[in-house]
Amino acid sequence: MSESEKKSELNRRQFLGNMLKTACGVGLVGLGLGAYSNRASSMPANYVRPPGALPEEDFLGACIRCGLCVRDCPYDILFLGEVGDEVATGTPYFIARTGPCEMCEDIPCVVACPTNALDHDLKDIEESRMGLAVVIDQESCIAFHGLRCEVCFNVCPIRGRAISLDMQHNTRSGKHALFIPVVHSDACTGCGLCERACILEEAAIKIFPMHLAKGELGKHYRLGWKEKDKAGESLVTPDTEHRYNLPEGVRYDLQGEGLIIEGEAEETPFSSNPLDTLNSGFMDK
Amino acid sequence: MVDMTTLGDDAIAAKGWFKSHKFLILRRLSQLGILALFLTGPWFGLWIVKGNLASSLTLDFLPLTDPYVLLQAMLSGVVPETAAIIGVVIVLLFYMLVGGRVYCSWVCPVNMVTDLAAWLRRKLGIRTTSQISRTTRYWMLTLTLILPLVVTGGIVWELVNPVSMMFRGIVFSMGAAWIMIAGIFLFDLLVAKDGWCGHICPVGAFYNLVGSKSLLKVNALQRQACNDCMECYVVCPEPQVIKPALKGEKKGLSPVILSSDCTNCGRCIDICAKDVFSYGGRHAIKIDEYKREDEINRGVRV
Repeated sequence: MSESEKKSELNRRQFLGNMLKTACGVGLVGLGLGAYSNRASSMPANYVRPPGALPEEDFLGACIRCGLCVRDCPYDILFLGEVGDEVATGTPYFIARTGPCEMCEDIPCVVACPTNALDHDLKDIEESRMGLAVVIDQESCIAFHGLRCEVCFNVCPIRGRAISLDMQHNTRSGKHALFIPVVHSDACTGCGLCERACILEEAAIKIFPMHLAKGELGKHYRLGWKEKDKAGESLVTPDTEHRYNLPEGVRYDLQGEGLIIEGEAEETPFSSNPLDTLNSGFMDK
Repeated sequence: MVDMTTLGDDAIAAKGWFKSHKFLILRRLSQLGILALFLTGPWFGLWIVKGNLASSLTLDFLPLTDPYVLLQAMLSGVVPETAAIIGVVIVLLFYMLVGGRVYCSWVCPVNMVTDLAAWLRRKLGIRTTSQISRTTRYWMLTLTLILPLVVTGGIVWELVNPVSMMFRGIVFSMGAAWIMIAGIFLFDLLVAKDGWCGHICPVGAFYNLVGSKSLLKVNALQRQACNDCMECYVVCPEPQVIKPALKGEKKGLSPVILSSDCTNCGRCIDICAKDVFSYGGRHAIKIDEYKREDEINRGVRV
C-alpha cells in the first residue's frame, strides 16, 4: 500500500468514524425528541382547543404555531403554550373558567388559520365540538339541593338544547321540585360559557375533552325496545297480553295508569276541577 | 494569529467607525425592525404584522409562511390553505434570490444571541473547540423531517425549536424559553465557536439548501489587495467559505463566495481595511474579468 493510499484509507476511516459519531448523536437527539413529544402531546383536561381544531394528534401535525388565531380572536381568550406548560409549545388553547369561547358567528380564529389545523369546513359555530360540558359535581351543584340557580342553563348560547332543565321530585322537602341541569352532547359545543358562569367557588359544570367526557356503549350492544320499534314487532317471543282477574268494568294498565275503573268519572259527585266544587255554592250550605 | 485586542482597528482607521460597521448596523436594524413590526400590534394596538415567523399576515393582505415549518406540517399529513401556499411561494422566491441564509443573519433573532456570544468569546479569549461537524445540521434537518412521519406528536421540532421559540417568546409570551436561549448562548460562548448556528441548527440548514443557487453573493473581487490580516476569517461565522474565493486565484477559482453556507452577513466587507469584499451577483466573475482586462489595457500592474 502506497503512502497516499494509506493516507486516504486513514482519511476514509476518520470520515466514517466522524459520520457515525454525528449520526449516533443526532439519533439520540431524535429519541429524546420522540419521547418528549409523546409527553408534550398530552394536554391538561381544562385546556380547550379553539373551535374546529382537528383531533389532537392531527392538530399537532397541522398547527404551525403561528398564533394568527390568537391575534384574530376578538375576545382575546386564546393563549399559546409556553415552554414548560403541559401543552405542546406554541399551540393555542383557552381555559373555559377564566375565558370561554364566545362563539362568534364568523369564527375569525378558524378563518385566520393558514393550515387547516382549525378546520375551514366549519362554517356554523354551533357545529363545533371544542369539548363537552359535564355537570361533574352533583354534591356541590346547588340545583341538586333544591335551590333555584339555572345560571348555566340561562347563559348557554344554545339555550334549552345544549343544557335543559330536568324537573325531579325534591325528596327533602317533599313538596318542591329540583331543576336539574342536563347537558346534551348532540348540541353542546363545549364553549365553556356555563363553566365560567357557574356560581360556585369551583365550577360544578366543566368542559372536558370529548374522550374524557363521553362514555361509549359496546358496539355489540342493542337496546331491545329500539330494535323492536325498528322491526315493528318483538324479536324474540311475541308479547303476551297480560290478563288480570278483575271484576267487570275494571282494567289494569301495566305501563303507568294502573287500575282503571271504567265509568268511574261519571259516578263521582265531584268535578275534576276543585273550583267547580267551590263555586257550586255547597260551602254556603 | 490575529490580535483580538486590535481586531477591526485597521478597518476603522481606513474607513471610519461607521463604514466599518455598516452592515452590522443594518443587520441589527433589520432584525429588530422585523420584531418591531410584529410588536406594534400587541404593544400599541397598531397592527402592521400579525402572527410570527412561522406564518404571518401583513396589513391584513400579505401572507408569509415559513417553508420549513409548513414542510414539516405537510409531512405529517396536512393540506395547507391557499394563503399558506401563497405565503410559502413568496418566501421561497425571496430567499432563492437573496440567499437562504440571509434568514439567519438578517432575520433570525437567535443570531443576535450567538453574535453576542461570538463577540464575547473574542473579547475573553475563549478558544475552546468541539468535535461537532458542520454537517451535523443536515443530520438534524433530516431528523426533523423524519420525525413528523414516524411520531404521533406531529411537528416535533417545533416543541423545542429555539428560533421560533425566541421570536414567539418576544411577540407573544416567553415562558421558560429564555432557558433555551441562555443555553445556546453558553454553548456558543464556552463550548464551540458558532456552535449553534454554524453546526447544529436545522432551520439554517434548510434555508442553506433553499438558497444554494441564489443570485446575491459576497465576492472578493479585489482579492489582489488582500494583505493577509486574517480578520475576515475571525469575524466570519462560516470561515470555511472565504478561502476558495479569497485565495483561489492561482487555482482559477471564482472570486465569488459560492458556498451556500455564507450567510451574506457582510461582516467581512465591514472588517476589511482593503475593501476586498463586496456584494454582487453570482456571476460577478465576468465583471472581474472585464476589470482585469481593462486594467491590463490601461497598463496597470497588479
